Amino acid sequence: MVELFIILLSAILVNNFVLSRFLGICPFLGVSKQVETAVGMGAAVTFVMVLASAITYVIQYAVLEPFGLGYLQTIAFILVIASLVQFVEMVIQKSSPTLYQALGVYLPLITTNCAVLGVAILNIQEEYNFIETLFHGFGAAVGFTLAIVLFAGIRERLVVSDVPKPLEGFPIALLTASLMSMAFLGFQGLL
Amino acid sequence: MTGELLTPVFWLGILGLLFGGGLAYASKVFAVEVDPKAPLLKDALPGANCGGCGYPGCDAFAVALAAGEAPVNGCPVGGAETAEKVADILGASAEAGERMIARVICNGTFDNAKERSKYYGVMDCREANIASGGSKGCQYGCMGLGTCERVCPFDAIHVKETGVAVVDPEKCTACGKCIDACPKMVITLVPASKGVHIDCNSKDKGKDVKASCSVGCIGCQICVKNCPEKTISFANNLAKIEYEGCTECQICVQKCPTKAISGQLEKLKESKQAQ
Repeated sequence: MVELFIILLSAILVNNFVLSRFLGICPFLGVSKQVETAVGMGAAVTFVMVLASAITYVIQYAVLEPFGLGYLQTIAFILVIASLVQFVEMVIQKSSPTLYQALGVYLPLITTNCAVLGVAILNIQEEYNFIETLFHGFGAAVGFTLAIVLFAGIRERLVVSDVPKPLEGFPIALLTASLMSMAFLGFQGLL
Repeated sequence: MTGELLTPVFWLGILGLLFGGGLAYASKVFAVEVDPKAPLLKDALPGANCGGCGYPGCDAFAVALAAGEAPVNGCPVGGAETAEKVADILGASAEAGERMIARVICNGTFDNAKERSKYYGVMDCREANIASGGSKGCQYGCMGLGTCERVCPFDAIHVKETGVAVVDPEKCTACGKCIDACPKMVITLVPASKGVHIDCNSKDKGKDVKASCSVGCIGCQICVKNCPEKTISFANNLAKIEYEGCTECQICVQKCPTKAISGQLEKLKESKQAQ
């Protein structure tokens, strides 16, 4: 139990996927202009990450390992993630048009979110068992959501603040991101 | 050797087939009915996905168009040409309801309406309206400076040499741009199928109307009294047709002493001859 909690906490804070591992930077910068869309993106990523963790785990240990196909890991996982995102999109469109509208174009974009592939590959590298894999996937997604929501909150304030002319817009956002990353480094001693 | 090559191909193929089949099945199970107009509209759009319309890409704009949320001429890239195509696609389905067109309810041409002054400012109705209310004696009529002509994305409204703007019923899509632009609010939407219109916008008293325009509504209410369908109402010194009840009997057109109501009198003659 303690083990699982440590995995969760480490994925959320210490090894935050965005701010420590630098994965999933694209949506982190692209979808962080408003807190609302950031939350939506975070929710979609959480959903996909947990499912992708579970399915890639099964693929790895049921197909790739027994047949000595470990070198196909990347392409097989991408196949899983792409199909999964497609499937999730269909299900959401059918079951909840409102959520589908809210997520909009960000949903298919998760396909190319390297954080999802990253969590799948890290699960295997760290040799987690199935339960640990799920927790790690969930923790990574929560960490991503936490980072993107915090960042969106700061950016919303940046819009109305007095920023030096050369730094207006994207430069100040990048500076903010790096400062946040440094702040998250402070969690290194936590575990 | 062959085994090394074939095993990954086989297993990756199996995985691909599995996921592909699963998705194909899922797309049937979770099929969502999409408005059949949306793909048609999408083809009519430029496909640049520039977001100039305010929607994320042409797809989203097409869906909004099909749902009637987006304006027909919302695509700034395609311009009038695309807007026409879109109007065609949407127009076919809108026929179930009444097709509306814009109409300039003023016949105050140079011959009919008296000039009060000369206007030498910017040739724009809104400017002229601020400056002096226009050069014509009537403060409610068309000034003929062509602001509506310039805002029309369909080339459907033109200021004629008579000094009054006229809508081309074929090209008009009832987008409402001219109605918004006209400072005199002399343009309204009317059903395209109806042929009888009261072409006056003046809320002046009869005496003042008479002084400034020979074809204005003087508020005599003869049309109101003579309408067999009781579909003409009178308010603010101006008669108004409720188009729903109008049978185009042409009686009001005949009776109007100032010829402020336009219609098709030849139709009346035809029907009389037939009787």
